[in-house]
Amino acid sequence: MEREELLFLLAGLKWTVALSVVAFICGSIAGLIVALARTSGILIVERLTAGYIAVFQGTPLLMQLFVVYYGLALIGIQMDAWAAVSVGLTLHASAFLGEIWRGSIEAVPRGQTEAAKALSLGYVSRMKDVVLPQAIRISLPATIGFLVQLIKGTSLASIVGFTELTRAGNIISNQIFQPLTVFGVVGALYFLMCCPLTIYGAHLERKFLTASR
Amino acid sequence: MNQTINSAMTTEPMISLSGVEKWYGAFKALDNINMSVAKGEKIVLCGPSGSGKSTLIRCINHLEAYQKGDIHVGGIMLGHGSKTIDAVRREVGMVFQQFNLFPHLTVLQNCMLAPMKALGLDKAQTEDRARQLLERVKISEQADKYPAQLSGGQQQRVAIARALCMRPKAMLFDEPTSALDPEMVKEVLDTMISLAEEGMTMICVTHEMGFARQVADRVIFMASGAIVEEAPPAEFFSNPQHERTRKFLGEILGRH
Repeated sequence: MEREELLFLLAGLKWTVALSVVAFICGSIAGLIVALARTSGILIVERLTAGYIAVFQGTPLLMQLFVVYYGLALIGIQMDAWAAVSVGLTLHASAFLGEIWRGSIEAVPRGQTEAAKALSLGYVSRMKDVVLPQAIRISLPATIGFLVQLIKGTSLASIVGFTELTRAGNIISNQIFQPLTVFGVVGALYFLMCCPLTIYGAHLERKFLTASR
Repeated sequence: MNQTINSAMTTEPMISLSGVEKWYGAFKALDNINMSVAKGEKIVLCGPSGSGKSTLIRCINHLEAYQKGDIHVGGIMLGHGSKTIDAVRREVGMVFQQFNLFPHLTVLQNCMLAPMKALGLDKAQTEDRARQLLERVKISEQADKYPAQLSGGQQQRVAIARALCMRPKAMLFDEPTSALDPEMVKEVLDTMISLAEEGMTMICVTHEMGFARQVADRVIFMASGAIVEEAPPAEFFSNPQHERTRKFLGEILGRH
C-alpha cells in the first residue's frame, strides 16, 4: 500500500471521527431530553418516549439510515449523505442513550430526590445538582460501551455512499487488490479509536468509585 | 405569590392540620387528622410501625400528597400547586432516617446547595452561614469531607445543619436515630435537644422515649392512621388513657 492510499484511508478516518463526534454530541443532547421525558412522571409523555425508544431499539441501524436517506427524499426532504447519516445516527443514539440514562436516573435512590424537594429545590436544580451528577456515574460503563458501538456503527454510513473509513477501505481495496492488507489497516484504525475509549471508561469508573468511598 | 397569609392572627399556630385524610388505593393511611402546633412547641409522634406517623409528617411538606383536609404552615396554606408547596418547604426543614445527604458533594457543599439555589443567597454569605451551623452541630472540622467518609451520627448531624441552613421556622424529624448504631444515638439526640432549647418548633417521629420525656411539650400517639391520644409527657407515660397506648408503651418501655 502506497503513501497516497494510506492518506486516502486517513481522510476517511477523519469523517468517521467527525460523524462519531456529531452523533455523540447531538445524540447526547437529544438523549438527555428523552431520558428526562421518560422519567417526567407525565404518563402520556412517558408512553410516547417509550414508543420512540422501542422503535429505534427494535430496528436495525442500517434500516434507520435507509429511511432517513431514501425515505425522507421521497417526501421531498433532500439531504446530502453527510446530513442524512448524521441525523440517522443522532436519532439512533438519542434512543439508546435516553434508555441508558433513564435507568441511571431511576437507580439514584429516591431519598435523594426527597431530600432535594424538602430543601425546596425546584425540578431543574434537583436534576442538575442532585440527580444527574449521580446518574452519570452510574451510567458510565454503559455510556462508554454505547459510544464504542456508535463509532463502529458509523461504518454503515458507507452503504448510503458516504465516504468514511470503511468505504475508503473498500475503494482502495478495489484499486490495489490487497483486501487483507487494506482491511487489516482499517480494522486497526477502528481499534485505535475504540480501545483507548474503553480503557478511559474503566479509569473514570475507578476514579468515581474511590471518590465516593 | 398566591400565599394565604393571615398576618392579623398573631396567635395562629405554626403548623395546623384539619381533617387530613390520605389513602393508598383502598387503604386509608391517615384518618381525619386534626392537630395544631404552636410556635416553639415540641411534639413527639409515636406509634407502632405502619401507624401513619411518618406519612403524617411527610404530608406537612408535601412529600406525600393527601386527598382531604387542609394543612397550614407558618400562615401559608399548603395547596397542591408548586408555588405554595415550595413556599412551605422553604419554611420547614426535614431530617430523614437515612440521612439522605448528597454523596457527590462535600459536607459544606451539601449545606450550601439549597440556600444558594432555592433562596438565591450569594456564595460568601451562604458559606458563612453553613460554617456557623456546622460549628453548631460540632462538625466544622469535617466540612471538606464527603458524606461517605463520616460516621452515621456525623452524617445525621450534617443533615440537621443542612436543613438549618435554610433558616426554617419549624423542623420535622422522621425517625432520625433509627438507622444509627446505638453509640451514635446520643450525639444526634443532644443536637436535637439543644435545638429544642433554642425554641425551634419541632415535630419528631421517634421511639426515643427518654427524648420525649425530656423535650416534648406533648406526645401524640397514633395507631392505624388516626391520632389515638395526646398528652404532656408526664401524663402520657404515667397515665395513658387508651388500651392501645398502654399496650404500645408496655412493649416499647419493656425493651429498655
